[in-house]
Amino acid sequence: MNPELLLAAAIIAGTPILFAALGELLSERAGVINLGLEGTMLVGAVAGFAATTQTGSAWFGTAFAAFAAGLFGLLFAFLVITLRMNQIVTGLAFTILGGGLSAYLGKPFIGKPVADVMAKPDFGALADLPFVGPAFFRHDALVYLAVILAIAVSFYIWRTRYGLILRSLGESPDVVDTLGMNVTLLRYVYVVVGTAFAGLGGAYLSLVYTPSWIENMTAGRGWIALALVIFASWRPMWLLAGAYLFGLVDALRFRMQIGGDALISPYFLNMLPYVATIVVLVLMSSNRSRLKFGAPAALGTAYDRERR
Amino acid sequence: MLNSRVTIGSVLVASAAALCVPGAASAEDPQAAFIYVGPVGDAGWTYRHDVARQCIEAEGTKTAFVETVPETPDVLNVENDFLSQGYNMIFATAFGYQPFTQQVAVANPDKYFFGITPTIAPADNILNFYGKLWDGRYLTGMVAGSMTETNKIGFVAAQPIPTVIAGLNAFTLGARSVNPDVTVEVVWTLSWYDPSAEKQAAVALVENGADVIAQHQDTPSAVQGAAESGAWAIGSESDMTSFAPEKVLTGTVWDWCPFYKSAVDMVKNGTFEPGEFYGGLDDGTVSIAPINAAVSDEIKAKVAETEAALASGSFDYWAGPIKDNEGATVVAEGATLGIADINGMGWLVEGVSGSLPTK
Repeated sequence: MNPELLLAAAIIAGTPILFAALGELLSERAGVINLGLEGTMLVGAVAGFAATTQTGSAWFGTAFAAFAAGLFGLLFAFLVITLRMNQIVTGLAFTILGGGLSAYLGKPFIGKPVADVMAKPDFGALADLPFVGPAFFRHDALVYLAVILAIAVSFYIWRTRYGLILRSLGESPDVVDTLGMNVTLLRYVYVVVGTAFAGLGGAYLSLVYTPSWIENMTAGRGWIALALVIFASWRPMWLLAGAYLFGLVDALRFRMQIGGDALISPYFLNMLPYVATIVVLVLMSSNRSRLKFGAPAALGTAYDRERR
Repeated sequence: MLNSRVTIGSVLVASAAALCVPGAASAEDPQAAFIYVGPVGDAGWTYRHDVARQCIEAEGTKTAFVETVPETPDVLNVENDFLSQGYNMIFATAFGYQPFTQQVAVANPDKYFFGITPTIAPADNILNFYGKLWDGRYLTGMVAGSMTETNKIGFVAAQPIPTVIAGLNAFTLGARSVNPDVTVEVVWTLSWYDPSAEKQAAVALVENGADVIAQHQDTPSAVQGAAESGAWAIGSESDMTSFAPEKVLTGTVWDWCPFYKSAVDMVKNGTFEPGEFYGGLDDGTVSIAPINAAVSDEIKAKVAETEAALASGSFDYWAGPIKDNEGATVVAEGATLGIADINGMGWLVEGVSGSLPTK
């Protein structure tokens, strides 16, 4: 096992999960839990692939993936914010809807090669460094975009006024309302931006990771991203580390098997992200740590002014 | 959903009534309906079945198909629906359809059903089919063994079930027949359908020194992963050359056209017999994709010679002695393996580096 290549593989495997989990984090910080992440990623994946095929530009495809997934998220937001439907049930329905919709729209693209390759930034001498170069500085542009987004979201949440409002949205939306701000509008914005991020994760799969459209190609990564948000206890920088950690587990699944008896069964490794999430949930369940690390208090509940 | 079931049910009753009228449907006029487990565009298993469906349609048989049908009781509805439309031959092209097909077959003894072996749910009007895929794997193994310079070949395998294991073992025997120093390193993705995992498995094998990557998967992702990492690739199910024209050496290819044609003829001539059918290199059910120009003519000739010998039955690589990769003799001197042995295979042959994840 080559450690720098293992690290590189972990970063690539972690990137689609990081995009999706960052989006979910924004949505959950605003108090809306979106279980439709898997379906949203698929919509992004097929939209990104289709747009790249039509225009010959991977960048345009990526942007369109975010746009299409955001539209999908807008519909979700309408149902759970305006109509106040149950977020859990609606989210599950959107997982199925996204899977079916993407399969239907993707029919003409099955078996086609991708029309444009995502650019790789040139880091010059950095890329030639031993170990560090191959591990960190030879990736495509979206890998770095994900890192930048994670840092930006972290700064936004902890260091800006709007970040403070975002945190309040998930903790006690009535406070935000009392301050004279529009809870409904703000939640709409965060859900739509969040699903657009998930769309980027989908586009990463269909344009970079396995450059082709294949039905159901997320293969459970949306659920892993959901688990990751809890694992990172709603903190963007922990999310960044967690995504690469989960990516490492993904990369190890195969590398462990090579050359004889696997030290750890691949079945066990497949299960590991979920086990880790449960462990974190258990650790968070004590009262003190719940206050410090727990889920936003208003998560999953629709905001109704009349019932304040 | 409830409504559609009621409709299908009433249609069934109506069609059962129609069957009582003598001469309502002629069994000698074949109409074939197909049920697929994946999309016709999967570039693999289902795609090859659909190509064969078009092949019998071109010869004048009326056909229809439904794709992406899960291996669940939904199969009952689909099959009954086809029967009510007048189709008298049902091709249920996934192993997991068997229990449902059996129910429908028993209820419709004058129709003909075709499923995928090994048979677990027989009936008097079911003929299950498959092919000796392992013979094709042996040949692609020879090509891989001749092209490796590191003497390490990677194999991205789906699930540890006998069909996959037999193919892996045959591939390894083929590779070592031309290059005894070869080891085949296997990685299990534990799924039929996870393109990202398949690709990553291929890349991991190349990182570890493999310079040829073979696979038993339903998508061409491992081929893409191998090609991007600069390794040679061996396809599976269909000709995957188009996914990496420079780097694909060859691959096993299914052709169900000969079997489908013979099935139509059986129904036409009244010679249908239930049981199992195994196609192979001899009837064209299993073949290998055109071999890459980078492979030497000497090897190409050797592969062609072996293909002819396997097809005629004059050569049998399962003949003992064969050891497994833990050193135990699994096929004794003078013995060989039949279809039943292959369908129960649970060991990895000498030369495979890796183990069964179920152990």
